[in-house]
Amino acid sequence: MHEVALAQSIVDIVREQARANHAGCVKAVFLRIGALANVEPEALSFGFESAARGTIAEGALLQIERTPGSAFCAGCGADVQVESRVALCPSCGSGQLLITGGEEFRVTELEVS
Amino acid sequence: MCGTCGCGDEASISVEGEGEHVHVLADGSVIQHRHGDHAHAHSHASDEHEHLLPDGRVVRHTHEGGGEPHPAHGVMTTHDHTPPHQHDAEVRRIAVEQDVMAKNDRAAELNRVRFAAENTFVVNLMSSPGSGKTTLLVRTLEALKGRGQKLAVIEGDQQTTLDADRIRATGVPAVQVNTGKGCHLDAEMIMRALAKQPAPVGGTLFIENVGNLVCPAGFDLGEGKKVVIASVTEGEEKPLKYPDMFAVADLVLVNKIDLVDALGFDLPALEKNVKRVNPKAALLKVSARSGAGFDAWLAWLDASARQTPSVKTPPSREARPA
Repeated sequence: MHEVALAQSIVDIVREQARANHAGCVKAVFLRIGALANVEPEALSFGFESAARGTIAEGALLQIERTPGSAFCAGCGADVQVESRVALCPSCGSGQLLITGGEEFRVTELEVS
Repeated sequence: MCGTCGCGDEASISVEGEGEHVHVLADGSVIQHRHGDHAHAHSHASDEHEHLLPDGRVVRHTHEGGGEPHPAHGVMTTHDHTPPHQHDAEVRRIAVEQDVMAKNDRAAELNRVRFAAENTFVVNLMSSPGSGKTTLLVRTLEALKGRGQKLAVIEGDQQTTLDADRIRATGVPAVQVNTGKGCHLDAEMIMRALAKQPAPVGGTLFIENVGNLVCPAGFDLGEGKKVVIASVTEGEEKPLKYPDMFAVADLVLVNKIDLVDALGFDLPALEKNVKRVNPKAALLKVSARSGAGFDAWLAWLDASARQTPSVKTPPSREARPA
């Protein structure tokens, strides 16, 4: 996944929200990233640092909340947690999993002053 | 730079022969302008906006003097709040809840509406470099041209117009998007390419994405179908190694099947791995060199084009009214 482009989108969102809310300084940016969102948090943090440079987001702390992946197993009917798209069902061992959650990638909150 | 793939900044993106072009802002509004003379048709979001106060109340208001972004507190000008809000440096939380992909998704939706209005079937071709995408596309275009179909191509590559040149040699119009250090096409680049070369009305537009099995998977372009090409020279485990890409495919096209015997390639293993990542994807085997399997591929294109929503049935990710 293209983390620099994603980091740029985050900085755009932060700048707009900071402006709309008359923030003078952004202290932290809270993100929620699903385990199956195709986003590498380390690469994203690195990209954010450079994308934020010279903007109101510069120096802001990136607080990342990871949410687990979830799936429905067509083999045994169980709702299960999964770490990857190629996981096997932890209940029955089948590979017939339909991903139902964990793909989200959102800016949830800002901490500003 | 992107830690995963080495993508770079937006400034190096160029569309062949581009003059006036469009941008999608983070709030989803679209602006159109050209560089050089800077004649901007430039409209930002409406002047009225919301504030969430530290105590949780929400106020809506406008500023005198239009939509100029206002500076930080302390130097603010005419500003009429009811109720008044605090102007100290108190730390507070702002609820945002915004999808990071929203900007791209909004641009993709605009593309999709446009394609539907023009009844254009759009195929996004993705694969790793060297899978035979361009060779496959050239052969496909030759076949479709023979049937009198209207065609066009958008080519994505980091550098050069080599691929667009190969396409143009078939007589089909092509525009090259150079992404610079970028590793994928996004919906806004497609919008910009369409300003240079319109979509074929009532025909088929092929988008050849940047050769990369990672980044293009996450970017909706507004296409009708996503086709992932996996060549047998790449190994049977590709779907397991790059599940995000195979998970979004409507069709997996297995290319270079003329080499299966020479390589001792295990086709059933590849099919099993595709099914594991994406049980819904169709799978076809072709050789862009020999033409083997092309009848089935062209038939799939025909059938998919017929399913493509026209302007009478606008596509939407939201539920349609019952």
